[in-house]
Amino acid sequence: MLAQQIINGLSLGGVYALFALGFTLIFGVLNVINLAHGAIFMIGAYAALHAVLVFHFSLLPAIFAAMFVTGAAGWVLDKFIFAPLRARRAPHLAPMIATIGVAICLTSLVEGYFGSENLRFPIDTLPSSTLTLGSVQVNWLDLKIILLALLLMGVMLWVIRHSPTGRALRGVAESPKAAALLGVNVDGLLLATSVIASILGGVAGVLIALYTNSVFPHMGQPMLHKGIAVVIIGGMGDVRGALIGGFFLGFAEVLTIAYIGSNMRDAVAFGLLFSVLLLRPAGLFGHAPQRRV
Amino acid sequence: MEWLDSFWSTYSTFVLATGTNVLLALSIYVTLACGLLSVANAGFMAIGAYSAVLLTLRTGTPLPIALIVGAIAAAMVALLIGVPTLRLSGVYLAMATLAFGEVVRILILNAENVTGGALGLNGIPQLVGLFDVVFSVTVALYVFLRLAQSRVGRTITAISQDEIATELMGLNVRAYKLVCFVVGAALAGLAGALNAHFTFFISPNEYGFERAVEILAMGVIGGVSSPWGAVLGGSLITALPELLRGMGRYRPLINGGILIIIILYSPKGLWDGLQTVLRRPRR
Repeated sequence: MLAQQIINGLSLGGVYALFALGFTLIFGVLNVINLAHGAIFMIGAYAALHAVLVFHFSLLPAIFAAMFVTGAAGWVLDKFIFAPLRARRAPHLAPMIATIGVAICLTSLVEGYFGSENLRFPIDTLPSSTLTLGSVQVNWLDLKIILLALLLMGVMLWVIRHSPTGRALRGVAESPKAAALLGVNVDGLLLATSVIASILGGVAGVLIALYTNSVFPHMGQPMLHKGIAVVIIGGMGDVRGALIGGFFLGFAEVLTIAYIGSNMRDAVAFGLLFSVLLLRPAGLFGHAPQRRV
Repeated sequence: MEWLDSFWSTYSTFVLATGTNVLLALSIYVTLACGLLSVANAGFMAIGAYSAVLLTLRTGTPLPIALIVGAIAAAMVALLIGVPTLRLSGVYLAMATLAFGEVVRILILNAENVTGGALGLNGIPQLVGLFDVVFSVTVALYVFLRLAQSRVGRTITAISQDEIATELMGLNVRAYKLVCFVVGAALAGLAGALNAHFTFFISPNEYGFERAVEILAMGVIGGVSSPWGAVLGGSLITALPELLRGMGRYRPLINGGILIIIILYSPKGLWDGLQTVLRRPRR
């Protein structure tokens, strides 16, 4: 029983962490609360579903298709929204309001094209075999979700911590002006951040669509709330905090459903959030005045 | 006067909603003008609405008292959470207050025996008329317009421009911020209490995340250079879905597109954009 809960917590937490990682990257580097991240998450799920249903892709190529589509969405987001607003030195909240507009547009487009009903992946595309480890049966699908989430996180962490690009990225997060003076291509890096963060959000969308086997136009909304919760619990703009916060929330939810009751699920997540806000508003790992990536 | 009657019977809810939305826009204007990016107003609106409705519905309290209690309840909560959260600044405060709104919604959702949970509260007496709304908006607008010209208003502008410099002038920045936060909450609570008494029905989901960002959009689209910006933003956000009624199922798409275009071409708000256009010298 407990082992099964651990597997569930890991797969749900992995998806939360992946989503929050993209959200916190845009927050930390571009200093924007990207309220379109939930919509991009939803676009990722629809792109994979469309690839499977219409082009008969198998699961892995479908995930790549989703990455491509959401990456393109991230490119558009920076090129047409964030970059012009940066150039005009718009006030703090302007990009955030613009992303509300983007979220409304994307949701409306998807709803118009695919309809508002709940769509599913065909049964034969999902791996249904299980792996028996001692007394525990592990679903291959869960395992794949966990592995893919961990892989992407590992790559991201390595890039940010150890590569020259990551160093430049951290420099931009600290001070775009100083980074530009040192010869860093700031605009290029910000564009790349938006693309990569959107890809992470898109993959999270595909994974949650597989996990719950349901895809609907407003699926990004609750996820966005959870992403905000994770980022606050973990510490805002902090990559490590987003990862730990994601798994933390995943486990908290799974254990609440298993041992307390499913109607308390959201209450626990936001109860945690509220206590963090009151006691340590900068989050468990955050330092409010600084931005960290 | 027959056309007036028919106009009123069709559009009364729309007119009243415009009024309460202008109040909400003013409530976020207060905090934005002080440089606080607070997005907690949907939560304060919920607190005002629920405390006022519980009074009128369960105990038959007269409307004015219920309205005042609604505003005060929201202000008390703001005082309580303002002290720890106002330590945060900028986008961090926005995130924290966004989460606060969600916490309020979840609490209301789970306190079923008091608030009716997800089903909400039904059959709220229709006590609010045009007078109540117009009166509240006029008073709030008058006070803010006068304040903007006063020493207090200038201090608030100074805080939004340079907090440290204002502090060094010997002004109590934290107190000013807290007062702005509390006044904004009281206004949002009042707007919630008013709004609940002409819609028959309230439920926690009306005061969620979407409402929070909608209120913020009113404030930012109108702009914070003048209280008139809030009036403009509140009216526009209320009217836009009505004006786009003919667009069918792609209506939200156009709504969102307009939002993006306004932000891209007039990032400091419509009121500010209007002023620059009008002041441009003619040749």
